[in-house]
Amino acid sequence: MTTTFPFEADAKEDELKAVGTDAVRIDGLDKISGAAEFVDDIDFGPGLLHAAIVESPHAFARIVSIDTTEAARAKGVVRVVTGKDFPYKFGMYMEDRYIFAQDHVRFVGEQVAGVIARSHREAVQAAKLVEVEYEVLNPILDPKQAFEEDADLIHPELADYTHVPWFFPKADTNIAHWRKIRKGDTEKAFAEADYVLEDTYFVPRYAHCAIEPHVTVSKLDQADRLTVWTASQSPHTQRHLFAQALEPLGFTHKDVRVITPYIGGGFGGKAGVSMEILGAAMATLVKGRPLKLRWTREQEFYNTYQRQGVTAELKVGVMDDGTITAVEHKLYWDAGAYVEYGANVVNAAGLSATGPYRVPNISNDSLCMYTNLPPGGPYRGFGYSEFHFGLESHMDRIAEAIGMDPVEFRRKNAIVEGDELSYGGHMNPSGMIEAIDKVADAIEWGVEEQSDNPNTVMGKGIALFWKAPAMPPNASSASFLKFNEDGSINITVSGMELGQGYLTVMAQIASEILTVPVEKIRVETPDTDRNPYEWQTVASHVTWSSGLAVEKAAVEARAKIFDVIHQVYGYEDDSLYLENEKVKCKTDPVFEKPLSDFVIDGIQTDEGTWRGGPIIASGKFMPEFTNALSDPETGQGGHPNVHYTVGATGVVVEIDKDTGRIWVRKAALAVDAGKAINPDLVKGQIVGGLVQGLATVLYEDMRFDEAGKMMNPNFTDYKIPTAFDIPDEVVPIIVEVPQPDGPFGARGVGEHTMIAAAPVIANAVYDALGVRIKSMPVTQEKVAMAYLEKSTS
Amino acid sequence: MNLELKVNGEQWVLDVAAADVLLDVLREQVGTKSPKVGCERGDCGSCTILMDGRSVRSCLVLAVEAEGHDIVTVEGISYEGMSQLQDLFISNNSFQCGFCAPGIVLSATELLELNPNPSRHDVQEALAGNLCRCTGYEPIIDAVLAAGQGQGETP
Ligand code: FES
Ligand code: FES
Repeated sequence: MTTTFPFEADAKEDELKAVGTDAVRIDGLDKISGAAEFVDDIDFGPGLLHAAIVESPHAFARIVSIDTTEAARAKGVVRVVTGKDFPYKFGMYMEDRYIFAQDHVRFVGEQVAGVIARSHREAVQAAKLVEVEYEVLNPILDPKQAFEEDADLIHPELADYTHVPWFFPKADTNIAHWRKIRKGDTEKAFAEADYVLEDTYFVPRYAHCAIEPHVTVSKLDQADRLTVWTASQSPHTQRHLFAQALEPLGFTHKDVRVITPYIGGGFGGKAGVSMEILGAAMATLVKGRPLKLRWTREQEFYNTYQRQGVTAELKVGVMDDGTITAVEHKLYWDAGAYVEYGANVVNAAGLSATGPYRVPNISNDSLCMYTNLPPGGPYRGFGYSEFHFGLESHMDRIAEAIGMDPVEFRRKNAIVEGDELSYGGHMNPSGMIEAIDKVADAIEWGVEEQSDNPNTVMGKGIALFWKAPAMPPNASSASFLKFNEDGSINITVSGMELGQGYLTVMAQIASEILTVPVEKIRVETPDTDRNPYEWQTVASHVTWSSGLAVEKAAVEARAKIFDVIHQVYGYEDDSLYLENEKVKCKTDPVFEKPLSDFVIDGIQTDEGTWRGGPIIASGKFMPEFTNALSDPETGQGGHPNVHYTVGATGVVVEIDKDTGRIWVRKAALAVDAGKAINPDLVKGQIVGGLVQGLATVLYEDMRFDEAGKMMNPNFTDYKIPTAFDIPDEVVPIIVEVPQPDGPFGARGVGEHTMIAAAPVIANAVYDALGVRIKSMPVTQEKVAMAYLEKSTS
Repeated sequence: MNLELKVNGEQWVLDVAAADVLLDVLREQVGTKSPKVGCERGDCGSCTILMDGRSVRSCLVLAVEAEGHDIVTVEGISYEGMSQLQDLFISNNSFQCGFCAPGIVLSATELLELNPNPSRHDVQEALAGNLCRCTGYEPIIDAVLAAGQGQGETP
């Protein structure tokens, strides 16, 4: 099939030279040679100050008093700050959070005071001397408990909080947002269904565990300019939130500059603003001195965003022929003490909680419940990993109950192009059926495998996934492009190279249009004073959105190049084309002009004057077709999602019957990338995301005690995979059904690869042992116990 | 107190306190930033360095314990261009964010010196102390195996 691309009238898919190739990462040498600089690696000289934070030991308490006298007197201390210094709110989608706690603390670890000292050690020592008296309150640690009518209120002022228009908080409750979807008539559909299955699934909290901890250095210089170097996915959003929160101190956007060098992993944990605001605020009190705040690994666990837990009550009705007729999904999210970002996770999940299926009758309730646990927030998958666990477990159970093959059941109901979505829009082109078939093939679905070991059993599982970028309807991307004397190119954008290969992919897109090889294109990490706007690097949207901005800049640069040639040589613009870094002409085969001859200096005319000059261009993209306006009671009427990316995952596992130990012998994952700009990097996302997803179901297990304190905030007790804990074999499969409005047909894949990892294991465990685990993680212990119970009953 | 040590071939005399950790001294006093601070308790391996050719977690070593030792970091092995292993890591797109890379380059370099033709299991074992959250390890292991075969061919 030959696809022609909208901005790219000349390019046919079978003629692509840079797009679709396994280009070597343009940041590869930086990272392998040790040259790559992360925030913590930047030198700030002898004036650098260090901050330490005094944290609440209680999950819910009233602050009676704070005494900083001793701390202020301690050796090396420059300044001690408390909430009194910054009585300002901030928040991404809802302003429910103060920089430092004011009169209440709402989770263990919440920042109560900060100490600035000349060395890190002195800051930490002095922080211990701050005396805080608390009146301890009863914490609420469970979302269902928070939902109870007489539950204590965690945020009594909820009604006064400002928030985006698509949130619906309920005053005088702990419900910070309630996303409802009502479509068709579920009551009638359940009554008429041949089979209805209803059950509850439980998904706990998880930690991102980027290997680089959060770190920020902030400096207010003598001229009142605030610069913040930060390990962040969101330079422009951070600048905006800093400027907003610190506006009472006189800051405007022009006075705030955010610089984000390489970042050591994000996974959502470094999106928005979390600890960075502490550094930025504190730095305003020590003018002229850079101030560093770096989280310890412990703080990284309990005082950044965590992935929210969810209790999912799911009811699905089907007909005997396997047609799904109704879905009712109630999601009670444990959103934590502050939901300024996490409420949008709840919203996104609510919009899509049917999963990738065609469902005529829908009732979704996605409830954002305040609890006294750490703030929930974005984590790769953004709510979808969480609800897919129950949903895809449920689909297997229904298929079995009606005597249908789980793969066949999914093929029959999978959503395809044009089907109506839960909020009323229509599904974009997608390769779901191809993904299902390829995964089933890769794991030899239907072929039973026998283990040679009498103690172990083999099992297979399959699960589907979908996800749309969750973002404000006007989230934008922009790019600048400039040529250099030798015909090389510099591109500036403000998406973040989180590791996914964003910089390389942007270079490939520009290379395709301008025929300059990828190795001759430099794409830099952001500095908000110099790089053009990008909303944030989240939602798996930058290949698509920032890719479109780069594509437009490259097309504009090409038009300017042709214009110079036209002015000097008279060839019509539409007769010109680029090939191997030269301008050529369809009507004059001998004409050729290397880009390096003129992209800076221009071209001399016969009269000796010059035409042209530096070729510079810009591009921007905003999805102008979306809106977040919908009826609060039904969710109908808006167009909140730009498109969905879909796919399927399958595994072959071997399980020890006595110990419950699970080995993943083979895993296959197919994702519809629309067009893989760099297939090798897409495969990197498949393998990395799948392993991260498998870890949530097999190894990771966040524990809190009864007082709401996290009990295992370190890598010894919270296990993430080592080089040993990976599948024996991973089969990455790329499906390419083009996204009509994507750059060369591309859509995002970064988050999607972990979404179905948990249910696919639960399904394989059932296939092997006949036991159904309905709460994550699916630990060895749970499997062994369930199997023991089953074989003895 | 005075501390003498060699870092990437260069002799240093430093003034350190008894409680100073080698990782911090390397980063802050020597200016060698490739060993990273990931957990400060020996769990993640991002602070890995080679001390007399053996990989150690520099967050678990007191600076004074390094007296007289020969320390190598990724900067040190990169002065004269990339090693064959490093080239393979680059061409294989083995890393994503790259935060774990300095530690893993060194652990794998040590492995290939001790065992020029490692098996997949050997590689997994050698890297088991270096956490990587991005890659799922697969492309890293592949590159080390490829480097191993390359070395195995040379007599
Ligand atoms: S920082 Fe040394 S092992 Fe993590
Ligand atoms: S590449 Fe990111 S931690 Fe390894």
